[in-house]
Amino acid sequence: MPKVTIDGVSIEVEAGTTILNAARQIGGDLVPPAMCYYSKLKGSGGKCRVCLVEISKGSEANPNPMPKLQASCCTPIADGMEVKNMTSQKVQDMRKGVVEFLLINHPLDCPICDQAGECDLQNLGFDYGAQTTRYQEGRRTFDRIDIGDKIQLHMNRCILCYRCTYVADQLTPHRDHGVLNRGDASEISTYISHAIDNDFSGNMIDVCPVGALTDKTFRFKSRVWFLKPYRAHRQCSHEKCNGQVDVWMFGNEIYRVTARKDDYHEVESFICNECRFDHKNNADWTIEGPRKLEKWSVINQGKYMKRTAEVNIDTEKALLLGRNEDRKRLSMVAPEEAKKK
Amino acid sequence: MGRKILTEHINVPGIQGYEVYRQHGGYRSVEKALKMTPNDIVEEVKKSGLRGRGGAGFPTGMKWSFIDKKSGRPRHLVCNADESEPGTFKDRYMMEKIPHLLVEGMITSSIALEANLSYIYIRGEYMWVYRILERAINEAYAKGWLGKNIQGSGYDLDLYVTCGAGAYICGEETALIESLEGKRGNPRIKPPFPAVVGLYGNPTVVNNVETIMDIPWIVMNGGDEFAKIGIGKSTGTKLISASGHIRKPGVYEIDLSISVEEFVMSDEYLGGMYSDRPLKACVPGGSSVPILPAELLFKTAKGEQRMMTYESMSDGGFATGSMIGSGGFIIYDDTTCVVRNTWNFSRFYHHESCGQCSPCREGTGWMEKILYRLEHGYGSQEDIDLLWDIQRKIEGNTICPLGDAAAWPVAAAIRHFRHEFEYHVRYPEKIKDRKHFEYEPWEKVKHLMGTKEAVAV
Ligand SMILES: Cc1cc2nc3c(=O)[nH]c(=O)nc-3n(C[C@H](O)[C@H](O)[C@H](O)COP(=O)(O)O)c2cc1C
Ligand code: SF4
Ligand code: SF4
Ligand code: FES
Repeated sequence: MPKVTIDGVSIEVEAGTTILNAARQIGGDLVPPAMCYYSKLKGSGGKCRVCLVEISKGSEANPNPMPKLQASCCTPIADGMEVKNMTSQKVQDMRKGVVEFLLINHPLDCPICDQAGECDLQNLGFDYGAQTTRYQEGRRTFDRIDIGDKIQLHMNRCILCYRCTYVADQLTPHRDHGVLNRGDASEISTYISHAIDNDFSGNMIDVCPVGALTDKTFRFKSRVWFLKPYRAHRQCSHEKCNGQVDVWMFGNEIYRVTARKDDYHEVESFICNECRFDHKNNADWTIEGPRKLEKWSVINQGKYMKRTAEVNIDTEKALLLGRNEDRKRLSMVAPEEAKKK
Repeated sequence: MGRKILTEHINVPGIQGYEVYRQHGGYRSVEKALKMTPNDIVEEVKKSGLRGRGGAGFPTGMKWSFIDKKSGRPRHLVCNADESEPGTFKDRYMMEKIPHLLVEGMITSSIALEANLSYIYIRGEYMWVYRILERAINEAYAKGWLGKNIQGSGYDLDLYVTCGAGAYICGEETALIESLEGKRGNPRIKPPFPAVVGLYGNPTVVNNVETIMDIPWIVMNGGDEFAKIGIGKSTGTKLISASGHIRKPGVYEIDLSISVEEFVMSDEYLGGMYSDRPLKACVPGGSSVPILPAELLFKTAKGEQRMMTYESMSDGGFATGSMIGSGGFIIYDDTTCVVRNTWNFSRFYHHESCGQCSPCREGTGWMEKILYRLEHGYGSQEDIDLLWDIQRKIEGNTICPLGDAAAWPVAAAIRHFRHEFEYHVRYPEKIKDRKHFEYEPWEKVKHLMGTKEAVAV
C-alpha cells in the first residue's frame, strides 16, 4: 500500500485515499480542518479551501514539490508523498487568509445563533481567526425567505459549502433548493419560495457546518452547552432510519434530537424527520447513557475557558495605529505629539 | 507584411456563404483529413507546435493526444466561443466574417479526435453570431459535410451550437462543460481532466475558436510549414484584438515573430499612439494578465527587444513581464488612471466569480470595494498593503484560474504603479474628477510625491 507522510508521521493507506482521509486515519492535531468536505456526501469538498496543505514531495516517482497548495480533501495521495500541514508556515498563513475571507461577510451573531457552541466556523475562527477585522465595508445581507416549518434558513450565515444541496440530491427523493445567483451574491434558496418538505430534509441541519440551517423546533430554546447529550434509540418505521440518535436534555426534558456525530462532526447515520422533530417526549426513547464529549469541545465548557487568558483585545490602539501610520507618511503631526510640543 | 492564415479570404464578398467559401478552397481540409488516419492528423498538429489560443497557451497536439481513446467511450470536441475576457474580441470577428472556417475546423478536428458529436458553445450576448453559425452549419449539413456518412467516407459527425447565458466563468473549460450539460456553470475540481472525464462523463477536448480555425491550414499545408512561422515555441500566426489609445484599433493577424514596438508603432499595424500622447502602460493579453508599464513594454528588464511571442512576453516572470494570454492588447496613454482601470477590472471579476470557493467569492468583492475607496479618494496607505495581501491570498488558492485572473491585474498595478495609488491616498481632492490625469498627467504632478518610495516586491 502507498505510504504518505503528514507532518512527519507516516501511514500506509489504500491507493486513492485523499490526504485528508489519510490524516484522519492518523488523527490528532495534524488533521486539516474541513468546512465543505463531508465523507458521506459524494462530490462534496474542494470549495471552502480551509483544508489546503503543502505538498513538499509529490511522490517517490516524482519527488518535486507541488508549486501550489492543494486542497487535501480532494487530492489523492501518491506513494512517498510528503505533506505539511501544521508544520508549514505557508499553510498556516493561507488558512488564516481563508478564515478571514469566510468571516468578512459573516454577521458574527453568535450570541443569538443556535449553532453557537457546535459551529465549525466558530472553532475555525478560534484557531485561525484574527482579533480585529480589516474589513471596513458593510456586510452582505440577504432577504429572509421561509423554507418550511421545520428548518430555519439564515442565509447571512451561510458559507456556501454546498453540503445541504448534496444531502438533498443524495438522501432525499428530490431537491427543492439550490444555489441561486453567483459570486458573492450566491444564495441558498428554494426557487420562488417553495417549502422544503420531505421526510429526510432535517439532515441538512446536522450537515450544515454553520448556523445557516437550524432546527425550528429548537429555535431559541437553549444554548447547546446547557444541554446534556444522551445516546438514545427508538423503534423507527422509516426504512432508511435506524432510530439511533442523540437526545439533548435539560433536566428531564428533551430539548432537541440530532443524529449521532463522529469526531469530525460528521453524522454517523442519517435520521428521519419524525425522529428528529416529532418525538420530544421522554417515553418515546430508550436512553442508553450520556454521550462522551470531546475533551475540549465548547459544549464541555473547556476550550474557551482554558485559553481565554491569552486573548487581549486592544481595539482602540489598533484603530489608531492605522491613522498614525498615515499621518507619518503624510508628514503630519499626530494631535498628541503636537500637544507635547 | 506577415503571413495570413486565418484572415486570407476574410474580405472576399460573400465569404459568409457556402458557395463563395467553397470556391476559395473551403472544406478541402475535410476531404484531405478523411483520407488520413486520425493519428496522422494529431501528429501534424503536434509538429505544427500550435498552442491553444484561449489564454493558457497549452500545446494543442499534446492536449489532443491526452484524450482517452482506449476506454471506448464516445468522444466530444467542444469549441470554446465564450469569449468574454475584457479586451478580447477576435473570435467574434472571425465567426461573424467567416463562419464556415470554424465549421470546417470543427469537422477536421473531430475527425482527428474520432468524435461523432461536437459542440460550439457561444456566449449568449453573441446572439447574432449564433444565428450566423447556425446558418453555416445548416449549409454544411445540406452539402453533406455534416451528418451521417460524410462525403461517403462512413464517418458520422453531428455539430451543434449552444448559447451560454452570459457568464464569463462559462469560458473556463469545465464550467463550460457543466453549462453545456444544462447545469450551473461551476468549474469542476481537477483532476480528472476533461480529456478523461468531460462532457456527460466522456473524454472531451475543449479548444478556442482561433485554435480550431488554425487546424484546416495545418492539415492542408502540413505542421512543418506552420512551425516555420514564428520564433521558437511560438509558432504560426496569432490574432490580436487591439484597443485603447491607438490610431487603428481592430483585429490583427500577426506572425509570432514581430516586435512589440513594430506592432504598436508601425502604420501596418496599430499606427502609433492616438493623438500622439505618450504611452503609459499596456495590458498585452486581456484583462487577466499583468499590466506592463511603458518602460517594460518595448524592452524586457534585461534590455532585450520584447517580441510578440509567448516567451518574450512573459520574460521576467510577473515581476517585469506579462503574458500574451488571449491576445486582448490594450494600450493606455498618459491620460489613463491605473487605479481606476484596476478598479474597473476588479469590478468585472467580482461580478463574474462563480462563488464556489471562498477566496475568490469573498476576495474579489473585497478588492473591488477597496479599489472603489482608493479611486474615489477615501483610501488610506494601509489599503494598498491590504490589497496586496488579499490578492496574495487569492492567487493559487482557488479551484479555477479565475481567482488568479482577478489577483494578477491588482498585483501588477500595485507593483508597477504604486505611486499612483499613493497619489490617490495623499491628494484626494486632486483625483475627485475621474478625468484628473487628462487635466494633469502623472508627469505634471509627480513632483508632489517627492522621491519615489521603494516598490513592493
Ligand atoms: C475564467 C476563465 C475564462 C475563460 N474564458 C475563455 C474564453 O472565453 N474563451 C476561451 O477560448 N478560453 C477561455 N478560457 C480558457 C479555457 O479554460 C481553456 O483553457 C481553453 O478553452 C482551451 O482552449 P485552447 O487550448 O484552444 O486555448 C477561460 C479560462 C478561465 C479560467
Ligand atoms: S446552508 Fe449550510 S450546508 Fe447549505 S451551503 Fe450554506 S453553510 Fe453549507
Ligand atoms: S476561483 Fe472563483 S470562479 Fe473559479 S471556481 Fe472558485 S469561486 Fe468559482
Ligand atoms: S474541506 Fe477541502 S476545500 Fe473545503
